[in-house]
Amino acid sequence: MSLSTLPQFLLRNAREFPDAPAMREKDRGIWQQWSWAQYLDRVRAIALGLAQLGFGRGDKLAALSDNRPQVYAAMLAAQAAGGVAVPLYQDSIVRELRFVIDHADAKFVLAEDQEQVDKLLELKASLPKVERVFYVDPKGLRHYADPILMPLDELERSGRALAAERPQRFEELVAAGRAEDIAVLCYTSGTTGAPKGAMLSYANYLAAVRGMIEVERFERSDEMLAYLPLAWIGESFYSLGCSLVTGFTVNCPERPETVLENLREIGPQIVIAPPRIWENLVSQVQVRMEEASWLKRRLYRALMPAGEDAARREMGKQPLGLGLRLRRALGELLVFAPLRDRLGLRRARYAYTGGAPLGPEVFLFFRGIGLNLKQVYGQTEITGLAWLQRDGDVKLGTVGKPSPNVEMRLSEAGEVLSRGPAVFAGYYKNPEATAQTVRDGWLHSGDAAMLDPDGHLIVIDRIRDVTLLGNGSKFAPQFIENKLKFSAYVKEAVAVGQDRPYVAAMINIDMENVGKWAERRAIAYTTYADLAQKRAVYDLIGQEVERVNRDLPEATRIRKYVLLPKELDPDDDEVTRTRKVRRGFVAAKYGDIIAALYSEAPSVAVSTTITYQDGRQATLQTELAIRRAGGELAPAPA
Amino acid sequence: MTQSGPALLEIRSVSKRFGGVEALAEVSFEVRRGEILSVIGPNGAGKTTLLNCISGFFHPERGHIRLEGEELSGLAPSRVAARGVARTFQNIALFRGMTVVDNLMLGRHLHMRNGVLSSLVYWGPARREEVAHRRVVEDIIDFLEIEAIRKRPVGSLPYGLQKRVELGRALALHPRLLLLDEPMGGTNREEKEDMARFILDVNDEWGTTIILIEHDMGVVMDISRRVVVLDLGRKIAAGAPAEIKADPAVIKAYLGTKPVADGVAA
Repeated sequence: MSLSTLPQFLLRNAREFPDAPAMREKDRGIWQQWSWAQYLDRVRAIALGLAQLGFGRGDKLAALSDNRPQVYAAMLAAQAAGGVAVPLYQDSIVRELRFVIDHADAKFVLAEDQEQVDKLLELKASLPKVERVFYVDPKGLRHYADPILMPLDELERSGRALAAERPQRFEELVAAGRAEDIAVLCYTSGTTGAPKGAMLSYANYLAAVRGMIEVERFERSDEMLAYLPLAWIGESFYSLGCSLVTGFTVNCPERPETVLENLREIGPQIVIAPPRIWENLVSQVQVRMEEASWLKRRLYRALMPAGEDAARREMGKQPLGLGLRLRRALGELLVFAPLRDRLGLRRARYAYTGGAPLGPEVFLFFRGIGLNLKQVYGQTEITGLAWLQRDGDVKLGTVGKPSPNVEMRLSEAGEVLSRGPAVFAGYYKNPEATAQTVRDGWLHSGDAAMLDPDGHLIVIDRIRDVTLLGNGSKFAPQFIENKLKFSAYVKEAVAVGQDRPYVAAMINIDMENVGKWAERRAIAYTTYADLAQKRAVYDLIGQEVERVNRDLPEATRIRKYVLLPKELDPDDDEVTRTRKVRRGFVAAKYGDIIAALYSEAPSVAVSTTITYQDGRQATLQTELAIRRAGGELAPAPA
Repeated sequence: MTQSGPALLEIRSVSKRFGGVEALAEVSFEVRRGEILSVIGPNGAGKTTLLNCISGFFHPERGHIRLEGEELSGLAPSRVAARGVARTFQNIALFRGMTVVDNLMLGRHLHMRNGVLSSLVYWGPARREEVAHRRVVEDIIDFLEIEAIRKRPVGSLPYGLQKRVELGRALALHPRLLLLDEPMGGTNREEKEDMARFILDVNDEWGTTIILIEHDMGVVMDISRRVVVLDLGRKIAAGAPAEIKADPAVIKAYLGTKPVADGVAA
């Protein structure tokens, strides 16, 4: 059989190394393993079960679940049956789900548990095309009588019965798959407008994976932890694509809250995380160090700079010198290796950050503790990964060079364009958007970038976000926001300034870290909104703003800032599910605050709308202090 | 919700005094197999005293408490527990310095068969038994979604989670009858909703009969099959939630004159 679809790779793996581990999930406190033969067995049963219910070529199975082996098996099964997997963000609220499931024409939906089933049943009347809802975990669902529901186990059983009758049926179905078939419909939340369904074919996946493994040395014995949303291309690229092609093991965490613990237990060779997670890890280390013993703290403070200095020099291809080498070796022994171990990164050969830019300080931190962290870059529309930094050629602030099978250039406006076999097959049912995005075979990324003299790509910001300040200086908000977000105390930041006289920032404090900081200083607080308005917290964040300002050119320094009374939340449409700020929406929603940032007002009264998980809304009334950066303080309300 | 069957627990004319105070006076009702029955009433109505009588902490002066026909009143708490009655407490009763797993394993102690000696050797039967109990405990951890705090000392957990662990400790006994004394007291809205869901799931998945004391009327009316109302040690009403809401005696005991609205605390 040819190897042109993902299910065909599954058959190959089960044939060539049937007993090697394919999947693991921690259940009842113990890591349970599926070999490739068992994985195939599950996929076969589910695929035949689906086929028996009339699921065929081009049909869509949507998946609404955390990362679980059964869910990967069901997605592969849908593909084996000739259909398409449509992974959904598991924390989507019903309104978003309704749009995507309906737009994708999903015939079946796989839900993880009662919580997800409840969302789907609530939507049932508005999803006439959905014929069945399968579920993985039956807890709490015993007395649900809706005939649309079916346990995944039951689907598997019916599939097994068919497999017994027609043993070759599954292989026939898989053999019928072609490279140009659509494997996954990947809905991109986008920072503007309704989600679009990017159609990714097997050819796209395999091209992207082959580009990657031409550069990186993934082994069959490698492990990865699959904990990112299935709907994010950066997840399925590795856990479906790379894993099936190279045969490495995908580990699913016990629960979303146990990810860091599970990371440490597995000690994966391949680690993928978006900036948010890397930033979290740095914050955690910084906070832990504050609380550590005197000796540990001294060692950390003395040796960390050596690690970062050495990493910086290496990236700049400068010599290290004997003294630095020695200090780094000492650091490795006393600080870096234990720290990597602590974080579950001890065995990591490759660590990647992608999905959004990562602040250089965070990047340097991890390179400094000896982790081979590399920036990757791409879009859903090019199957996730098109640029990556090469070992020994990592430059700070760049995303490296294109994958071997990606051709790239910059448009005159500085937009990143790319071409190659990984470029997607178009947006589902949206030829206009497709035509806008792919012109003459070139994928238009919407990102503004430049090339450094060595051909490394430097991504600046979304091209439409790069604007001018009122004084004519160029202003890239993301650049400033990322600098702010390096602080353990800043969770999110939005910089504004287009056509304004100066840059101002709206900041979300990090509740956990600021909360701990406040506790140590015996500052009493009740809620997030209350904590954010404490005078001392404003002072704390003020120091961070000044730190950022020191690295910025005079013209684009932050002049005023405000601490928001609630976190920006995808449920409120303020950020996407992958935590990218929806700039236009935020500017409109917080128009009053922005106006106040450009007035002389010492504070601004706001009422904010909060959407709960179940869709209910509530309004929050607060008085927010406006602070001027660099000393002169507008009074904060008590 | 599970179909309610014949009486699991029968409470007949139970009275209990503390000095001159009559905490319970001639209280009678039945708890049917598989139901969730709530006991409500203003502070000092005798709700907790009633639970204490059932679980053997207090011995009523008069009356009978029978579990499937077997007399419980007069038995020591450990004997009552051995008959399949587990409870949680208003003010969490866990070993704060021990981990969640260890607290739940302790909840299994009634089912442990091995003596001190064989446990010390920890080989063969003792080890097999430990593994079997750990499996039960892990099922409960999975059920209550507390995997992430399995190894954490209970004392370091937020209050709402401690409440959940305490429910787990009671469940580890695999009780026939579960007594919950204000499982939602002092928790926030999200924790309340979670706890309500767990109580329903316990009842649903394992068919456990539950007696619930709770102040949050919204929760009580939502999840109980029947409600018994106590006031000053006397039963003043019993029936389905809708009947209770409309009962004039209940309204009087709670608020004087206005009707009992959802979410009104006592």
